[in-house]
Amino acid sequence: MKRNSIIRIAIISSYAIFIALSWIFSFGPGKEISHNFASFSLDMLKVLPCAFILIGLFEIWVKKETVERHFGEKSGVRGYLWGILLASTTVGGLYVAFPVAYSLYSKGAKLGVIFTYIGASAICRVPMTIFEASFLGVKFSAIRLLVAIPLVIVSSILLGDYLTKRNYKIMECK
Amino acid sequence: MVISLIVSREKTIKALRISYKRFINILPAFLIMLVLVSIVLFLVPDVVISEYLGVENKFAGILLASFLGSITLMPGFIAYPLAGILLKKGVAYMVLSAFTTTLMMVGVLTYPIEKQYFGARVTIIRNALSLLIALIIAVVTGIFFMEISL
Repeated sequence: MKRNSIIRIAIISSYAIFIALSWIFSFGPGKEISHNFASFSLDMLKVLPCAFILIGLFEIWVKKETVERHFGEKSGVRGYLWGILLASTTVGGLYVAFPVAYSLYSKGAKLGVIFTYIGASAICRVPMTIFEASFLGVKFSAIRLLVAIPLVIVSSILLGDYLTKRNYKIMECK
Repeated sequence: MVISLIVSREKTIKALRISYKRFINILPAFLIMLVLVSIVLFLVPDVVISEYLGVENKFAGILLASFLGSITLMPGFIAYPLAGILLKKGVAYMVLSAFTTTLMMVGVLTYPIEKQYFGARVTIIRNALSLLIALIIAVVTGIFFMEISL
């Protein structure tokens, strides 16, 4: 992990230096890149603090047994339905789904459900789908959802089973 | 959160502590992602995307679209209006489907974050599966919109 963090620091600091130099010498591309950086950071800042506060509250208030019952090994089909339902209310994108998925996992949700949740939060968030339908038509969204959801569930089950067989464990790197 | 505060002050503070710790732990990965996003968006602006998606050959279009969708990251409120404009310009539904689906499901740029939580191998498998799913969706979309004749 040590080597990894050195690389990270190197990337971030050289990026910062590049941006700073671009501003000093008013180098066009550098300025544009920093605008992109700023606008994306702002977008994420709108979502992330809320997401992490909710994660914290979830960790404290929701009992492990509850998660296990609804998302765990014995949850059966309902586990996948819950996963999709939860995903459809997620805001943001994958970058919000990952920490949430991690929390669910640490509370005893099974892998298949976790991957269903991640996949579903990419493709069937409700506000996003409404937006999509208004620009590309209801037919387009309907086809996409009807094809995507079964595929996501099947691939998640396969991936989950495969990883369970190999004794895969998710660990948070500190 | 207000409810939580009323019910138990202590637990709420503990929850916020967890939130904060989690956030700080993942922050470096987020920074890397932001750095990558800002550079890629500069290298691949909307104009380039519109240009490449409008190619004559639809299958080349799908492949290009899924490539561009995978390497970029866009919030929905930018991506869908763009797709709407492209649709009016005559870009095929199936190409747009490949683009928007990979945009949402496949994340080359979110790799640093995903890796931190799930490890490199799972991240790669999941993204490969997602790409495959996106391609299937694109083809099915093409069939329903009569863009592919069987």
